[in-house]
Amino acid sequence: MTTGYLAPQPDAELDGTEYVAGGGDWKDIADEVARRKEERVVVNMGPQHPSTHGVLRLVLEMDGETVTETRVGVGFLHTGIEKTMEYRTWVQGSALATRMDYVASIMNEGAYVLAVEKLAGVTDQIPERAQILRVLMMELARISSHLVALGSAGNELGGTTLMTIAFREREQILRFFEMVTGQRMNNAYLRPGGVAQDLPDGALDFLKRVYPSMVRGLNDFDNMIMANPIWKLRTVGIAELNLAGCMALGITGPMVRATGLPLDLRKDAPYSGYENYDFEVCTADTADAYGRYLVRSNEMRESMKIVAQCIDKLEALGPAPVMIEDPALAWPAKLSVGPDGQGQAPEHVKEIMSGSMESLIHHFKLVTEGFRVPPGQAFHAIEHAKGMYGVHVVSDGGTRPYRVHMREPSYNNLQAMSVLCDGGTISDVVVALASIDPVMGGVDR
Amino acid sequence: MAIKDGLEGAAPQGVVLTTVSRVVQHLRAGSTWPVTMGLACCSIEMMASGTGRFDLARFGMEVFRASPRQADLMLINGRMSHKMAPVVRQVYDQMSDPKWVISMGACASSGGIFNNYAVVQGVDHVVPIDIYLPGCPPRPEMLIHAILELDEQIKREPLGKDRAKVAREVEAAALAAVPTSEMKGLLV
Repeated sequence: MTTGYLAPQPDAELDGTEYVAGGGDWKDIADEVARRKEERVVVNMGPQHPSTHGVLRLVLEMDGETVTETRVGVGFLHTGIEKTMEYRTWVQGSALATRMDYVASIMNEGAYVLAVEKLAGVTDQIPERAQILRVLMMELARISSHLVALGSAGNELGGTTLMTIAFREREQILRFFEMVTGQRMNNAYLRPGGVAQDLPDGALDFLKRVYPSMVRGLNDFDNMIMANPIWKLRTVGIAELNLAGCMALGITGPMVRATGLPLDLRKDAPYSGYENYDFEVCTADTADAYGRYLVRSNEMRESMKIVAQCIDKLEALGPAPVMIEDPALAWPAKLSVGPDGQGQAPEHVKEIMSGSMESLIHHFKLVTEGFRVPPGQAFHAIEHAKGMYGVHVVSDGGTRPYRVHMREPSYNNLQAMSVLCDGGTISDVVVALASIDPVMGGVDR
Repeated sequence: MAIKDGLEGAAPQGVVLTTVSRVVQHLRAGSTWPVTMGLACCSIEMMASGTGRFDLARFGMEVFRASPRQADLMLINGRMSHKMAPVVRQVYDQMSDPKWVISMGACASSGGIFNNYAVVQGVDHVVPIDIYLPGCPPRPEMLIHAILELDEQIKREPLGKDRAKVAREVEAAALAAVPTSEMKGLLV
């Protein structure tokens, strides 16, 4: 039975008393609990709570300050994205995938388009410039995701400065994204067959201009937190999970690398030409929250190295196509800034409209109905900012997926929550959660 | 009027009341503290609007409150699932009057691109909305503009009994309105 907190009553079904914080003073509840001498208290945390990464519900069983049992409630952000994909074309799937893990949008698109291309059997036909652009965008997305992870973790521990500094650096990346894709987030830039459009004039110059200040900013950020005694007090030895635990729970990403295992799909199963880049896999050997942040912080600087190599490669390559040659697959668009801000390039419209009737019909069919993907299924995994991000696509030969399923690292990593929290204090629950860095948009989809 | 003498006695009827309401409206508009109701993508842009480049603090509204009791503006940002809807309503109910709501982003305003079984097609099914802010997600500048626009509305809002009267009138008008499903024929 549910009662108001002022008049709690014993409940046979609940095997205890339920206190409902429906207004008034928390002290009244605490006093009442103390008066009843109840040792075991179950506390509900979330789903609306500033310290959770999104709408996550945690049910904590407490013995004093110590957490004895943690249960995780997910699904508050279930958006039905996988189901919606079955009713949209293969190209539109990119716009839906980007809204899953919205902190590293472009990486979701990357996994999705690579899986679709694998199923269509065109993986080796993707132009080189598109490959480089994909790597560039995915690495920038990784940096921006790690910045949000570190910044919001700092904010949750009471250090708002960490968040403002992290977001300052992230803004540079978002400005570049906006130049290239037209959107700050939810870009839908990577498309099956290539990328939506080539870099606009001046975008690469902008990136080169902000590059030194970003490297400096990331170093500042690292200096500020990694040797910070308060940060260390809150994270060293907190939320430990060793390699065996990570393996048993299927945990990937910075969490497993913090146990010393250099598990990184960019090295182990390269995609989009990652084998041509020079970078290190960052690891730590502490297996705690501190190690996870150390891995993320070092990884950002490794990603900056990859970004520099991408800039060099793009400049060396010069102008080149960014969409697959195959006219049955290639998205027939050439965007340019028109009088209304954006639109099709006039010469491209002329080519479609004043060519043959068949050309116009082909364009119309490809845009409205979409291309077809041969029946079958494919699975492709990439190294997402959060861990191994796998996409399983099934086609029945139509213009829409029969089924799309994502193996979301946030979701799998969140399984570790009870292992990380049990036996710790309630103040470390927030640290444990932040060190997993789950994004609920990805967890619930 | 209880005070009949002095300056107020000399002033024409109604001046004092108008001035008080203006003062209250000004104070209300200048201190809108939002409650964090971050649901999805838009909440990241909400966080961004509080940081350096956009700096919501310039307008005195960076104090994001974790407790609905201390907030008077609810920013609903992101897609709201059916599972989350009762929670949003509960947080809204826990806020003390007067309170305002901004629906940030396409999903909160109309369901956005997620026209499916999981997402509530607009949070106005659950709570009354004062400002609909389009975008997927809206830029931080757009969020700041929406809050400033709301402040302008707050400055024009009547006080006390009038506020309740206006709310009742709005509700009656909404109940009497023709539902979209009944709108037939050409759009005029």
